[in-house]
Amino acid sequence: MVATSGAARLRPGRTRRTPAADQLQAGSALALGISTLWFSLLVLIPLAAVVAAAAADGWSDFWNVLTSSQTAAAIVLTVTQALMVTAVNVVMGTALAWVLVRDRFWGRRALDIVVDVPFALPTIVAGLVLLALYGQNSPVGVNVANTRFAVFLALAFVTLPFVVRTVQPVLEALEPEVEEAAQSLGASRVTTFRRVILPALVPAITAGAALSFARGISEYGSLVLLSGNLPNHTEVASVRVLTYIENGNRAAAASVSAVLLVVALLAIIALDLLQRRLRRHEG
Amino acid sequence: MSIRATNVTKTFGDFVALDDVTVDLPTGHLTALLGPSGGGKSTLLRIIAGLDTADSGTVEIEGVEASHLPPQKRNVGFVFQHYAAFKHMSVAKNVAFGLEIRKRKKADIDAKVKELLELVHLSQFADRMPSQLSGGQRQRMALARALAVEPSVLLLDEPFGALDAQVRKELRDWLRRLHDEIPVTTVFVTHDQEEALEVADEIVVINHGRVEQVGTPDEVYHQPANDFVMSFLGPTTTLNGSAVRPHDIDVFNQPVAGPAVEGTLTELKRIGFDVRATIDTAGGEHVTVHLTRTHADERGLDVGQRVWIVTSAERRPVAQTGLA
Amino acid sequence: MRADRRTGAGGWVLRGVVVTYVVLLVAWPTGLVFKRAFQDGIDTFFSSLTSPDVQHALALTVTVAGWAVVINLVFGVAISLLLVRYRFPGRRILSVLIDVPLSVSPVVVGLALVLVYNARDGWFGTTLATWGFQVIFSTPGMIMATVFVALPLVVREVTPVLEEIGTDQEQAARSLGAGGFQTFWRITLPGIRWAIVYGLVLAVARSIGEFGAVKIVSGNITGQSQTATLAVEQTYQNFDHQAAYAIAALLAFTAMLCLIVVAILRPKEQH
Repeated sequence: MVATSGAARLRPGRTRRTPAADQLQAGSALALGISTLWFSLLVLIPLAAVVAAAAADGWSDFWNVLTSSQTAAAIVLTVTQALMVTAVNVVMGTALAWVLVRDRFWGRRALDIVVDVPFALPTIVAGLVLLALYGQNSPVGVNVANTRFAVFLALAFVTLPFVVRTVQPVLEALEPEVEEAAQSLGASRVTTFRRVILPALVPAITAGAALSFARGISEYGSLVLLSGNLPNHTEVASVRVLTYIENGNRAAAASVSAVLLVVALLAIIALDLLQRRLRRHEG
Repeated sequence: MSIRATNVTKTFGDFVALDDVTVDLPTGHLTALLGPSGGGKSTLLRIIAGLDTADSGTVEIEGVEASHLPPQKRNVGFVFQHYAAFKHMSVAKNVAFGLEIRKRKKADIDAKVKELLELVHLSQFADRMPSQLSGGQRQRMALARALAVEPSVLLLDEPFGALDAQVRKELRDWLRRLHDEIPVTTVFVTHDQEEALEVADEIVVINHGRVEQVGTPDEVYHQPANDFVMSFLGPTTTLNGSAVRPHDIDVFNQPVAGPAVEGTLTELKRIGFDVRATIDTAGGEHVTVHLTRTHADERGLDVGQRVWIVTSAERRPVAQTGLA
Repeated sequence: MRADRRTGAGGWVLRGVVVTYVVLLVAWPTGLVFKRAFQDGIDTFFSSLTSPDVQHALALTVTVAGWAVVINLVFGVAISLLLVRYRFPGRRILSVLIDVPLSVSPVVVGLALVLVYNARDGWFGTTLATWGFQVIFSTPGMIMATVFVALPLVVREVTPVLEEIGTDQEQAARSLGAGGFQTFWRITLPGIRWAIVYGLVLAVARSIGEFGAVKIVSGNITGQSQTATLAVEQTYQNFDHQAAYAIAALLAFTAMLCLIVVAILRPKEQH
């Protein structure tokens, strides 16, 4: 669901700025006031409360929580798996986008829709879905439940569409003439891909990767049933947060949350900057 | 012959883009493929470049059978209507692309790029991105990029089609001068007869996938092979049942010797220095005549007058079958 | 008239690799859940959905998702109009912040809402509690959590379309004497109608599927504050796999229906 909007934002031709924009009048100022108040009450103040709760007991407590062996292991596992999954997505997502745009075969439309399934499925269902094929009752006899590979699998499932959906519209918008120009200048197909197509896709791939990584480190629902949440082995950061909450240790929960929040913010900012660069390029 | 296409046929589904076309394009010439949109001229150009493949027929470039060579092996320069700039590369990098592919020495590439950017008057824009250039500048960059690899033939597909009138005119003159400086065999596609007449050494008129006529601008204009070429290359009017150019008719306000046609001057429009007269003949034809203002004033023409019109004998259309 | 693209050996390999990847990762496992849900017959499937707890969970999901979608519709359209049509200090920051819920972990969302709205020591929760209004461990909190996670979906669909259609038509309407509300109702709204529909469908799918944030703010009490997604976890962990698969299949079916609706509507955008 999420990258659909990401894709829309990166779609070329949709970047025109409205030339005329009004100053606020009484009615619109009121609407802005209400919207901002609602947004603050719902999003900004609660997120600030997380940071405040993390900082409440001082820097050393914050640091102690993050470096306690079980939490540190969870954070390391989360980041490593998210990075690995992002790397796989960069390759497979770009390949998928390529096949969806350039290849013609029976079932391509179906493939296009199936790619969106991970966005649509509730995360808990995603976990159950993977458990059906890769769990205890696997019809193919593969049981990876409660292993680190299960973490990888769950993250790969939920982040599959990000790179595909950011790269696809950019690839569709590439003019075939540009590739023909490269070929008539002597470039082989491989060289044309490497020197002409790939550089044009890099901003979109990076944006997809950022979204994919941000989603990966924050994932919770799909892991609940699949990974077993074994401390120091398959327990990820968000599960750690939940454990802290259930144990009534909100300060510690807030500390881990603050880390996740900062990474999420960085991803959003990186995405915004990328999007601006992309607009400038097209201008 | 630099480019020889023999019996080339190409269909897209039911649509016949090229129907058994044979053309010989001589070395060093600037040739225009002229015709209406959808007539097959761009397809022929793309088949010569290897960007499309012919269903049947052969293409030879500089004596080499090229029908089955991929575009990157044909050593042709191709310029596209919409520039096809490499957006993520600077102007200089765009021009250097073909040379880098050919693994030339860095110093040679730099020298060649510098030389070409001077040639197309883009030296001061070397480090800009294509998005920072105007349409005309982008097209000059595309031309420099195509010329950098010293192609045996240069192919341009509606190169000025996306530009506004003023820039188009400038680039057209500039292309002619450039070709006089660097006489590489050049073929450009256009649907604009004025452009073809003004720039080309030779014009190939193509319509409905067939070659209608091949000849110099003078030949195709003044000795059109058929009515299509006659009407596509310039304005026509009908006199005595045959097509005539409106400026090949003279008007007199008194009877003249010879096979003159009598009629009534029904309309006289003055457009700057041009005068357009409409004459209704006794035979029921509405003949349009183009005169210069000086000429019209000398004749003392007025609406409602009886007039006598004759075609300039030496400029009468001569039907020729010079088809290749 | 692009050059003919014949599929070479490399093309076949690439096609094979990506199709295998998607089948193994998504299509096959998803198909299996449906198979398991129906393997004991359609009656078993329906009977596992009719237990009172499951019925309650489904009803609660409909309530929570329904409210969340309505709130996000109003808020989303308003904020989109403000962001695109007006210039005010902080506009750019607001535009970036709107995206934040996209990448915040649902668990963090839950914690954040608990910290502010819990009745015992929340920043606002204690005051609200003295007014007799409980947010956390009750439906309002679950709605807030759901609104939070689905918040940017409508905005992100509507803003690009608003930018694209520009202000020409609105100015024309004004010059013809239309007031602010008339211009919005008769000119702007029809222009962004489809974008709103996509945003809504995406918000519905996201809202019925929310799990982590709702788990934290709801208290997750079976038959009281348990939504459908929470019921999947609960029934599965209680080894009632049939019920887990049945609810999961129902949720998956609904979500995929949303997806197909969007896929069908999407091409209309072109004209």
